[in-house]
Amino acid sequence: MNNITILTLAETLKGLKEKKFSEEELNNAYLEKIYNLNKKLNIFLEIKKNARGIPAGIKDIISTKNIRTTAGSKILSNYIPPFNATVVDRLLKHDVSIIGKTNLDEFAMGSSGENSAYGPTKNPWDVTKVPGGSSAGSAAAVAADLCVFALGTDTGGSIRQPASLCGVVGLKPSYGRVSRYGLIAMASSLDVPGSFTKSVADARLILDWIAGPDGFDSNCAHLEGESKPKPREHSLREASFRGVRVGVPKEYFEKGLDPKVEKIIKDAINKLEELGARLVEISLPHTEYAVATYYIIMSSEVSSNLARFDRVRFGSNREDFGAEPKRRIMLGTYSLSSGYYDDYFAKAAKVRTLIKKDFDEAFEKVDVIVGPVSPTVAWDFGEKMKDPLMMYLSDAYTVPASLAGIPGLSIPCGFSDGLPVGLQILGKFMDDEAVLSVGEAYEQATEWHIKKPQL
Amino acid sequence: MKIDVKKVAKLANLPLTSDEEEKYSQQLSKILDYIEQLNKVDTSKVEPTYNVSGQKNIQRADEIGECQPQNDAILNAPQKKEGFFSVKKILDNE
Repeated sequence: MNNITILTLAETLKGLKEKKFSEEELNNAYLEKIYNLNKKLNIFLEIKKNARGIPAGIKDIISTKNIRTTAGSKILSNYIPPFNATVVDRLLKHDVSIIGKTNLDEFAMGSSGENSAYGPTKNPWDVTKVPGGSSAGSAAAVAADLCVFALGTDTGGSIRQPASLCGVVGLKPSYGRVSRYGLIAMASSLDVPGSFTKSVADARLILDWIAGPDGFDSNCAHLEGESKPKPREHSLREASFRGVRVGVPKEYFEKGLDPKVEKIIKDAINKLEELGARLVEISLPHTEYAVATYYIIMSSEVSSNLARFDRVRFGSNREDFGAEPKRRIMLGTYSLSSGYYDDYFAKAAKVRTLIKKDFDEAFEKVDVIVGPVSPTVAWDFGEKMKDPLMMYLSDAYTVPASLAGIPGLSIPCGFSDGLPVGLQILGKFMDDEAVLSVGEAYEQATEWHIKKPQL
Repeated sequence: MKIDVKKVAKLANLPLTSDEEEKYSQQLSKILDYIEQLNKVDTSKVEPTYNVSGQKNIQRADEIGECQPQNDAILNAPQKKEGFFSVKKILDNE
């Protein structure tokens, strides 16, 4: 069969079952593409030649047993994990094989993919543009059809934003839905593993495979009471799309949003209305404080998590951290230090409560919230590298959901100047299904997700 | 906002070159200026959020299970000795 590599995960599973192609043919087709394109795009840091399994890309911050895992950092250039992350183990049980480890911003810190110690990944739609970050390689790998799907991690937008900039489906599940065991920790109250796929149905399937407690992540546990994940039957999946209440936050359409992107997002929202959704204008009044809040909380947790790289158990010297991890370690250490803790870390933690409350109140009126993922399409290499604050501000629409721990999806919804634009769909805490249902309804009514870059 | 980069680097156990000190001093001051805007938010009656999962004190039975073999556990150690991590002495006097 020709064009095996354009198939979604669901189509690939069907093709294998119906013996239209073998697992060996499947793997060879992807490996051939990787050999043709990896040099150009710099997506894989490590390539594994398998003859069996469904080939998936794994972000190189997710531990893979006996496969080098660098976190995109020089400090871990020789690190070989002696165990698999839970998400990897669960995929392997479903006949998935690792075709390669994908490039990323160092320790998942960045919004462009340029912070990797192993060189930047290129955007498959235009190799002069960034792919977004931090899960740069995972997003680009799926966009360029170099794997069936890929895993990434999202701390402040690191799945949704590169998915948007590369034109693929990216799902950040609710915080605690999927175990973090085996992720090299960045900011522990925010880190969430998730997927990059060629369809929303694939994202749902992979969430089904990887979600649920493993006994190694205390935030990923079913408990009696309010925080228990909602059973599937209460979700929108079985219900008709008609009448679904879609919230449109006015704060996501204010200054900073590129007018061309705004037009595409508004068209997508109108499409949802056409499909039967009821649009509700809402307000998330603390949105403007989200970036400041996020950068304090995240960097504080970073400074604590990255203290373990002390050259005793693994890794090289602390001088080997790149510029962005160093910057965040410094910012976090400052925020937590004596005399500044109350003004920075504690203050940010309180504003986080208000940001979360904005969402809680909004979700009393709506089922999902929609808006842009990124204020612009993919930008030029180097454009924001000299000004860290400018880079941070590109996370304005993704960090609020991270602070609130709610699920978020990016799905392809159009192009501006030939570059993909993603629609963000946010849901209630633990109602990942609602987000997927709305995404799927939109996807089935449009053809953006089947467009492919010319490579 | 002025930040004492030398002091913070020491607290963070992060060796910086003088060029880096200069660069981070400027960049972090700019970032901290931006963060100042949080002071506009009245949080006098707001509790902090450190965790959004709603979980606390997760417990399990204390049972013997499989664990990492010793050699695997120290596989990546830059320096090891007789199956253990080898670390620098941190006390001057014994």
